[in-house]
Amino acid sequence: MSLEQPRQPDAGVTPEGDLDYDELADLLGERVLDREEHINAEGFVVRPDEVEDTLSTLKQEAGFDHLSCVTAQDYQDRYESIYHLKKYDDPTQELSVVVPTTRDDPTSESAAGVFDTADWQEREAFDLVGVDYEGHPDPRRILLPETWQGHPLSQDYNQDKPQIVPLREHANPTEERTNVPQESDTMFINIGPHHPATHGVLHIKTTLDGEQVADIDPDVGYLHRCEEQMCQQSTYRHQIMPYPDRWDYISAGILNEWAYARAAEDMADLAVPEYAQVIRTMSAEMCRIAAHLLAVGTFALDIYGDFTAIFMYAIRDREVIQNLLEDLTGQRLMFNYLRLGGVAWDLPEPREEYFESVRDFLDEWPSRLEEYHNLLTSNELFQMRVVDTGILPPEEAKSYGATGPVARGSGVDYDLRRDDPYGYYDQLDWDVVTDEGCDNFARASVRLQEMEESARIIEQCVDLLEDWPEDERDIQSNVPRTLKPEPDTEIYRAVEGAKGELGIYMRSDGTDKPARFKIRSPCFCNLQTLPVMAEGEYIPDMIAALGSLDIVLGEVDR
Amino acid sequence: MSKNELHDTLDQAQSTQEARMGEGVDSRFNSKLREAFGSTPFILTKFDQFMNWVRGSSMFMLLFGIACCSIEMMHTYAVKHDLDRFGAGVPRASPRQADVIIVPGTIVSKFAPRMKRVYDQMPEPKFVVSMGSCTISGGPFQEGYNVIKGVEEVIPVDIHVPGCPPRPEALIYGIAKLQERIANGETSPVTVKPYELEQFGDLEQDELVTKLADQVDEDDLVMRYNWADSA
Ligand code: SF4
Repeated sequence: MSLEQPRQPDAGVTPEGDLDYDELADLLGERVLDREEHINAEGFVVRPDEVEDTLSTLKQEAGFDHLSCVTAQDYQDRYESIYHLKKYDDPTQELSVVVPTTRDDPTSESAAGVFDTADWQEREAFDLVGVDYEGHPDPRRILLPETWQGHPLSQDYNQDKPQIVPLREHANPTEERTNVPQESDTMFINIGPHHPATHGVLHIKTTLDGEQVADIDPDVGYLHRCEEQMCQQSTYRHQIMPYPDRWDYISAGILNEWAYARAAEDMADLAVPEYAQVIRTMSAEMCRIAAHLLAVGTFALDIYGDFTAIFMYAIRDREVIQNLLEDLTGQRLMFNYLRLGGVAWDLPEPREEYFESVRDFLDEWPSRLEEYHNLLTSNELFQMRVVDTGILPPEEAKSYGATGPVARGSGVDYDLRRDDPYGYYDQLDWDVVTDEGCDNFARASVRLQEMEESARIIEQCVDLLEDWPEDERDIQSNVPRTLKPEPDTEIYRAVEGAKGELGIYMRSDGTDKPARFKIRSPCFCNLQTLPVMAEGEYIPDMIAALGSLDIVLGEVDR
Repeated sequence: MSKNELHDTLDQAQSTQEARMGEGVDSRFNSKLREAFGSTPFILTKFDQFMNWVRGSSMFMLLFGIACCSIEMMHTYAVKHDLDRFGAGVPRASPRQADVIIVPGTIVSKFAPRMKRVYDQMPEPKFVVSMGSCTISGGPFQEGYNVIKGVEEVIPVDIHVPGCPPRPEALIYGIAKLQERIANGETSPVTVKPYELEQFGDLEQDELVTKLADQVDEDDLVMRYNWADSA
């Protein structure tokens, strides 16, 4: 929120641009009680009443401006919150702040004063694990109904106990929330959870002042289907992989699978053959195109009810990509194609035919994109509705932990494919698309241009695959039948999903199943910015802002 | 006509009606007209059949997306699969205008009361297609602490389409089967529904209810989940 000042070099960075954890520990001085080794970064253990202090020092002086994730978990003897910090400028510089609390009194200071994104993340941690955050501005449950008993991811939770869930039709949020002026003439309406414009089962409690939105409070959790619990019950080797397909289910399956594969491979130290990396990269970008297409199609539907042209065109192009993906993986939507250490199987035979159909798609693609640009970005009606509405300033985007096209539409140049390279991306030629517009238009246009870049990536992958020598086509490395990582190995790893930074935190306990599996959902963080974009605007602009965020509830609620 | 004779005809009419309805026919198909007249044969019989045929051939679907399956449902409505070819492709945004609800996805505790409410708002006769394993049993999430083990725990279902997600072709097949059944005047028996919306004050006063007493009003509608019974 400050004006750009000439920036001091961050404390704790060597001239070569690496993190110097000793210097960081010196910076924090006495506050660091202990230092832990996680695979991705070091963890500094601090006291529960010094969280805010520590995080703000790290943010101001050491340049950690991205609170990527907040993980809470309980051990036999303590509760623990982990704040995974990164930098928007260089996400490979990571640091975890570990905050243990006792079992009898799991109270820990809230970080919401330093990072806005901590608000929802800590609510989730309270809801599912049961850590109390002192000084939290809004300590309610978030995913489960407010009458829920117990915290399902804590060890003493009994799943067989009955629960009661109320249906309060006209609950008035103004009664409990004080930031709405009581005396003014406001009206409350519920949008959702069954509403065509909310892209699924999202419920938005909206308070209107005249026609303007005075206050909105997104109410999530209508699709909270216990993804983390499911993964904690499944074995690393095979059982977890089908679940990521169902987080961001808009055909982004392979991108999600990659998030898990990357974390698990780094945790168990598994290599992936180059050939498999190229296939992964190609199929992941196909998924990105399919996911962005639906975002664009439904956006047009939200904005001016364009059901017959853009929406249908988008679905038609998605069908083409789904066919390509089906040929490769065997499924239209839930691919389950990646394996730890590689992919499930090689490209379909005859290979030439497959390459030909991919090339057909690529040849046709520029003209399709041009059509979308004609229909959307150069359409006056569209421009009137989306230019300069739903403004999200870059500083706020960062503070709310926004990533993906939402952040890039606000001029935040952040893409994990380039900044924290994995797969084959760093050897290919492509660009990160950003737009300084910060409005609904910018976000839609970033998506359209990203599809162009994805097509470039696919094309290069096809070139590579075509010439790949036949005897070097290894699709999987040698992976043991059961994986049992060393006890207490901890890792947090992220990839660039369709909606942004999709991260996974895992802790092993020596068995073949993770002791804690936490999903950092990009949509969850992006959705938090909705009030920034929509408050003070008209309802239709709020709907446009929501559409431009491109959330998918399976990933928001998990 | 004497009073006695009239009585006879009515009697006769009643038994013809029963005979014709046969077993397994739901009273949902029993029109007011038929109740009033009994079945003075021919026209009304044919008219009923005609109505059923009409019902099956022009179904208004409720626009209702929940989870992953709704993506395949959208593809079923849109180009290529084009459900409209089968007279069932007009999605209605309001439940008050819809005949059929396709339930495409995982139902969780917070959503079930809302779904029940939407179902209740649809006018009779109404039909339910459950799409995907989640709506059959909870699917891949069956063991989740928050997941309803199938949509039949909340509302009755006419057709189940298995798959995770079912392909658009499968959904079309399911809907075609439903149309066939409607045209024949058949529906599925209404199953016992363990989870109902009730007023909080009517619940049995156990530990949980006493604990929540200061959070929930007496006349608030609630759904009570006895997870142990439904696993
Ligand atoms: S059945 Fe499968 S695809 Fe359908 S909602 Fe459930 S998990 Fe998703």
